[in-house]
Amino acid sequence: MSEPSATAGIDLHAKQVRKFRLQDRFFHHSTQVFAFVVLAALVGILVSLSIEAWPSLKAFGPSFLWTNVWSVPDDKFGALAAIYGTVTTSVLALLIAVPVSFGIALFLTETCPLWLRRPLGTAIELLAGIPSIVYGIWGLFVFAPLFADHIQPPLQALLGDVPIIGGWFSGPPIGVGILTASIVLALMVIPFIASVMRDVFETVPHVLKESAYGIGCTNWEVVRNVVLPYTRVGVIGGIMLGLGRALGETMAVTFVIGNANRINGSLFAPGTSIASTLANEFGEATPGLHIASLFALGLVLFIITFIVLAISRWLISRSMGSEGL
Amino acid sequence: MPVQAMPAGENVALQVRNLDFFYGDFKGLSNVNLDIAHKKVTAFIGPSGCGKSTLLRTFNRMYDLYPGQRAEGQILFHGKNLLDKSQDVNLVRARIGMVFQKPTPFPMTIYENIAFGVRLYERMSKSAMDDRVEWALNKAALWGEVKDKLLQSGLSLSGGQQQRLCIARAVAVKPEIVLLDEPTSALDPISTAKIEELINELKSDYTIAIVTHNMQQAARISDYTAFMYLGELIEFNETGTIFMRPGKKQTEDYITGRFG
Repeated sequence: MSEPSATAGIDLHAKQVRKFRLQDRFFHHSTQVFAFVVLAALVGILVSLSIEAWPSLKAFGPSFLWTNVWSVPDDKFGALAAIYGTVTTSVLALLIAVPVSFGIALFLTETCPLWLRRPLGTAIELLAGIPSIVYGIWGLFVFAPLFADHIQPPLQALLGDVPIIGGWFSGPPIGVGILTASIVLALMVIPFIASVMRDVFETVPHVLKESAYGIGCTNWEVVRNVVLPYTRVGVIGGIMLGLGRALGETMAVTFVIGNANRINGSLFAPGTSIASTLANEFGEATPGLHIASLFALGLVLFIITFIVLAISRWLISRSMGSEGL
Repeated sequence: MPVQAMPAGENVALQVRNLDFFYGDFKGLSNVNLDIAHKKVTAFIGPSGCGKSTLLRTFNRMYDLYPGQRAEGQILFHGKNLLDKSQDVNLVRARIGMVFQKPTPFPMTIYENIAFGVRLYERMSKSAMDDRVEWALNKAALWGEVKDKLLQSGLSLSGGQQQRLCIARAVAVKPEIVLLDEPTSALDPISTAKIEELINELKSDYTIAIVTHNMQQAARISDYTAFMYLGELIEFNETGTIFMRPGKKQTEDYITGRFG
């Protein structure tokens, strides 16, 4: 007599299971759609950039990449000056930012008194949140004049006569230029690199650090031999994040780089970057080769960023491969 | 609380006097007095949270790494108080080594795991270093198992091997005292037996202080045993006496399994 109710129970159960399965399938498909949107956006941007850039690519061919000319009246365009400016400012920015961020992260995780840890950490995160235009105005109106008056002349006096590198510090100290842009960029990426480094340093197990201290290591030795090897991957990731941001940074660089579409051996000289050229010229560009060349510049930036990402992936996988970590 | 019985007629490696320890406002140890005998094994037993690991961690000032933890009193090592601010902590830790509950090989090769600590305090040629690495691995009864894979990561070893690697790393810098903080609690019985055997051999060269949860282990390997409870040293004596004729009711209750 309990039989009917038992089957009813099973039916109910089967219904329930079917409902769950439908829910699961719906969940699976909807998340899949979201994920594919990313892919579609990536391909879409790449395709539309290529289409818009096509006239320029057809006119100048691959020599677009290594031609140092940017002349709107003559309709002659080459990306070399902008690529040079982008790569130089980003690399210089990293040269400044990585050691500083490293120091900040180490201080915060290893030797900072507890009461100072949170305020300092918050300050760094706030620094990361300042809009880039604010860095730009500050760079142009506050930093560049100070730099021109108080830093460039002594730097020039000190290093200007040194062979090879002397040329980097030649020319009039006008404040704006490649070096100024690099320093402002460094300030902007420090919070990113420092907070990533701090987060990965914190993942090192206490007991691992204790064992290193336990054989008599100093702070630096623990960092050098235990913390860094343990967090290598994350540290590289943080640096690459900073590089990616430096490469694409537009507003702040546009303000302080000087916007001169030429290559000058001196770091004091004004230059341009891909992003700042785009920001400066899109408004007034006439349809035709000029617009197409700007799109081509965008495509170049896209590819440079892609290469940076690929190199960082490769570095990470290589460092994970060695020593069987 | 009276000063506990000291090992009679032994050379003393560490003298602990009136030691108090604080985690912020919480008192983790109160008025601990005991002597650690030279080239003997001293075991610390007691229920969880009784302060035995805390006591061990005062011997090499490991607590220094954590703000808010502090020790008061004296721990005399070669006539000097280890707790003095003027003591060079790194030097103390090089002379008083430590092995932890979980194996903690460094993220580097087996060879480097050993050589790293040695290089901090001694300059030596490659061949001398090779000899030292072999010597240390032999001391830890690991040489035979790893001699063909010295350049592999320390993390590639099994748990028991990793722990012996950590012991090798600790003895490689030729410390005087080796502190073992529950060194076998994460290991299987066979690895545990190997480590116990190893401790027995090591005591001919080193003073050993070991914290253990396992009373049989304390009885098997130690010469002296300290029983701790709620941050106090309840009883300290030769291991045989503690286990056969404990002087205090609490000790007897603990070793007969009535609590803890």
